[in-house]
Amino acid sequence: MLILECPYCGVKAEETEFHAGGEAHIKRFGPGSSDADFEGYLFNRENPKGVHFERWRHANGCGKWFHVVRCTMTLEVFGSYSAQVSEPPQEIRDAITAKRPGWCWRDFA
Amino acid sequence: MSTRLSTGGRLIDRTKPMSYTFNGKRMKGFAGDTLASALLAGGQMMMGRSFKYHRPRGVVASGAEEPNALVGLGQGAAFEPNQRATTTELFDGLSATSQNHWPSLEFDVGAINNRLARFFPAGFYYKTFMFPRVAWKKLYEPIVRQSAGLGAVPKERDGDTYEHFYGFFDLVVVGGGISGLIAARAAGRAGLRVLLMEQTAHWGGRAPVDAAADGATVNDAPVDKLVEEIVADLATMPNVTTRLRMMAAGVYDHGYVLGYERLTDHAPEAPGPRHRLWRIRAGQIVTATGAIERPLSFAGNDIPGVMLASATRDYIVNYGVSPGDRVVVVTNNDDAYRTAIAVKKAGLDVPIIVDARAAGGGALAQAARDLGIRVENGRAIAKVHGKKQVEGVSICAQAGEGGVLEEIACDAVAMSGGWSPVVHLWSHCGGKLTWDEAQAHFRPDVHNSPKGDAGETFVTPAGAANGAMQLGDVIADAGEMAGRAIAALGGTVRAEPVTASAPDEVPMQPVWLMPQGAGPKLRMKAWLDYQNDVKVSDVQLAAREGYESVEHTKRYTTLGMATDQGKLSNINGLAILSDALGQPIPQTGTTTFRPPYTPISMGAIAGTARGAAFQPLRRTPMHSWHEENNAHWEPVGQWRRPYCYPRTGESHAEAVSREINQTRSSVGLLDASTLGKIIVKGPDAGRFLDMLYTNMMSTLKPGKCRYGLMCSENGFLIDDGVVARLDEETFLCHTTTGGAESIHAHMEEWLQTEWWDWKVYTANVTEQWAQIAVVGPKARAVLQTLSDDDLSAETLPFMAWKEVTLAGIKARVFRISFSGELSFEVAVPAGQGMALWLALLDAGAEHGIMPYGTEALHVMRAEKGFIMIGDETDGTVIPQDLNLHWALSKKKDDYLGKRAQQRSHMADPNRWKLVGLETLDGSVLPDGAYAVAEGVNENGQKRTQGRVTSTYHSPTLNRGIAMGLVLHGPDRMGEVLEFPGTDGTVSKARIVDPVFYDKDGEKQNV
Repeated sequence: MLILECPYCGVKAEETEFHAGGEAHIKRFGPGSSDADFEGYLFNRENPKGVHFERWRHANGCGKWFHVVRCTMTLEVFGSYSAQVSEPPQEIRDAITAKRPGWCWRDFA
Repeated sequence: MSTRLSTGGRLIDRTKPMSYTFNGKRMKGFAGDTLASALLAGGQMMMGRSFKYHRPRGVVASGAEEPNALVGLGQGAAFEPNQRATTTELFDGLSATSQNHWPSLEFDVGAINNRLARFFPAGFYYKTFMFPRVAWKKLYEPIVRQSAGLGAVPKERDGDTYEHFYGFFDLVVVGGGISGLIAARAAGRAGLRVLLMEQTAHWGGRAPVDAAADGATVNDAPVDKLVEEIVADLATMPNVTTRLRMMAAGVYDHGYVLGYERLTDHAPEAPGPRHRLWRIRAGQIVTATGAIERPLSFAGNDIPGVMLASATRDYIVNYGVSPGDRVVVVTNNDDAYRTAIAVKKAGLDVPIIVDARAAGGGALAQAARDLGIRVENGRAIAKVHGKKQVEGVSICAQAGEGGVLEEIACDAVAMSGGWSPVVHLWSHCGGKLTWDEAQAHFRPDVHNSPKGDAGETFVTPAGAANGAMQLGDVIADAGEMAGRAIAALGGTVRAEPVTASAPDEVPMQPVWLMPQGAGPKLRMKAWLDYQNDVKVSDVQLAAREGYESVEHTKRYTTLGMATDQGKLSNINGLAILSDALGQPIPQTGTTTFRPPYTPISMGAIAGTARGAAFQPLRRTPMHSWHEENNAHWEPVGQWRRPYCYPRTGESHAEAVSREINQTRSSVGLLDASTLGKIIVKGPDAGRFLDMLYTNMMSTLKPGKCRYGLMCSENGFLIDDGVVARLDEETFLCHTTTGGAESIHAHMEEWLQTEWWDWKVYTANVTEQWAQIAVVGPKARAVLQTLSDDDLSAETLPFMAWKEVTLAGIKARVFRISFSGELSFEVAVPAGQGMALWLALLDAGAEHGIMPYGTEALHVMRAEKGFIMIGDETDGTVIPQDLNLHWALSKKKDDYLGKRAQQRSHMADPNRWKLVGLETLDGSVLPDGAYAVAEGVNENGQKRTQGRVTSTYHSPTLNRGIAMGLVLHGPDRMGEVLEFPGTDGTVSKARIVDPVFYDKDGEKQNV
């Protein structure tokens, strides 16, 4: 059972306090988008062995959605940050680089 | 035959005799016995039969790894199958029954399988039961069912209680042997909060037993003394918690540990819960879980009387039990010599020690010779003689093929194939293993450890669990590894010299098959997995048939799949597989270690969450009235809603009819408080709802209501309900009863993660309001008697809402209808709900007002052709399927689900569409029935062209009515479809308009 930190309340809590919400930083495609773009948006997900960006909600706490970066292999958590950004902030990227030099995930590195 | 020795037994108390029954027979033991030791003491060597061949089986181990001695314990509400006799502490009055035999343990019909063993090879089930297909139902399935399962299923409800317990510790030490004790004391002295747990009822582990045989000392004192001293030390430390009879069942992410404490298994009359499940968060975990001895693979190694050398020693030293008068010891390592010495010291005979190593053993071997025991090197057991009991062994050369050199009579065999560290907990959360060539075992690779949230190592193996096999090494390793865990927590370790003096051992030599050139006949009787009857020959066959992955071989042969999860058999099996594949053992690897370490009770997992405490019960403000008025409850999520209110002598169906007739002809009441109510407020509230609902909500005027549909981004219908605009910035969204929480979460997800710059707040106010639907032609008359406000159609038209005072209570009245009748849904603060309910009953008395339940609600909505989320929808249905095009805004560029509904499959004209269905004979269609079409599909099943989604008896129309989704349904009005039932009958129904009642909606709009 993971321990995650909610960036809004600053609480480090058990996984049962949170609700997992799948992959982070997915760009929405609506009416007018191509079939390929829409399919990618709805169904195609990363399945990395290593650094991964996820959405979590502090469901049994403050109720806020946030992002978590962790290693799917060792379960190490590199950091959590607001869900209200379209790409990870620099200090999060630096924290990952410190532990996993040369990492990349989708277009982020 | 096994028996009790006249002296000895460090764990038993001969002054406290106890009586118990085995298969109904009264037997005697002592306090401190396990069921296994007591059975052995009573001469009961045979304790069960194997699963597949029903071979007679005796106890082979003395601890948690036991595969054979499984029994049913207790009776009635306390009955539990598949309990290991080796870990069951004896108590007065214990009742045990053996398993897997019929009619009796001694005489068993199923043992015929043993004679037919060559027709039951690996993968037998896969090979045999495939064809012909027709034989499956009548022949194969009954046979498989008859022989499936281990033990008997309890017939009564579990009569015991269980609980959960939360624990938070700096350091959790698993295992109360020498290593664990040393680690816990060091951490305790460093001031850390420590939990030390030991799965058995005793501290000290194996070391005191070994010392009894070899005379080892620690700090020049007996090993027992060190154990006592540390246990006494720990008892003085307030920061250290110690628990016996507590096992670490699993290690999980980021230092989470499940502890399984058996509180009253050994004392069933004691008060309190039987088991306690500890949910522990640990900063660091030390696994001092010891090691498990491996059997040797020789023909007949499963005959009762063949035991692990360590178990033989345990029974003699711990319980004063002789496994037999003449004990042959067979080994590939020095440790088993301790058993020979223990047997000899107990006054029993060791006719021979068979050492497979050509060069033989070291100091312990010399000690055995000095006691006059004959030791033969480079030898092996070719075969064990006997059926239900060992009668003798044939000795051969280990290097050969089994040519018999000598026959030796004996009644017990003690075997040792070396030791495997218990790496389960280390491996549960990702710890990797390394193959130790010298000791021929996997041990933790400390460079590839389980990692915590900060990337730190959080599990540290210590002692034998880390591959340190000799006492001196164990003590040194435990100190070293505990120091690492303590340092990781910021503690400091005070050096305490503990020096051990124990005989030096010479290296073991891997022996995976005995003799190494054993032919097919011997290999067919050389057991790897005792419980699942997997032999050397089965694993070799699997390899020949192309199984290369160890995970596949496991499932094909069932090696390691029994309740012991391969604790004894896995390494031997891996070695045989590796040999057959011609590759080194580490290349074959291990199967995955998964929690729990040994089975834990379902009761412990449930804890107190059973019966009424299983989940919270949500009650509406009028719940108690329903209860007092004989409501028949229907669970709806965590709510209970009245299904109907049957009167004396009335069936449920009659009650439902009465409630509907009253409502349609006069007036009825519905407790609608469970409906979801979500406030959406802010300058962008309208814009937000336009994205969430398929229709336009931003144009709704304050004071008005609008029915809306919600779809997922996938296009599927997820909820529906009426939205009321309270003021310019505020909307009240009604959801389905089950959807309140999930729809609120859905709103928050989109608001927070996609449109976070929109100025909107949401609040789920479902429980803040009581809501009562007043329904029927007399509804206005009843309400008007309670209010001075004008409730006429002119001031409060259909699909409008108004704030009024009713019976002195400020209320919101919504003119909305889910029944097709004149209907007012009245919302008041929850605390006023009951007062209003009673006032309405009183005011409506002259019209015969009565409450109606959810079934009447369902029937009335179906009569009107209104859809119900969860009936007409199942997560694959889009609004277009339900002919709800009118609710899909064409003006909006975007809403959730719009793009998805343009995908080719969603726009397919062949999607099944909603219609009404009327049986030709007026009967009620079976729910969920499929309409069949011409021909068959590729599986030979009849093609289908539709299915029933809702079906009821309509008292209003006095006939069965239904709704369903049908291929091209709306274009096929009047056609008759056939719906085969599960009982062989076929119902015929005509496709009709889904609105059965008041098609023009005149009744609701008055």
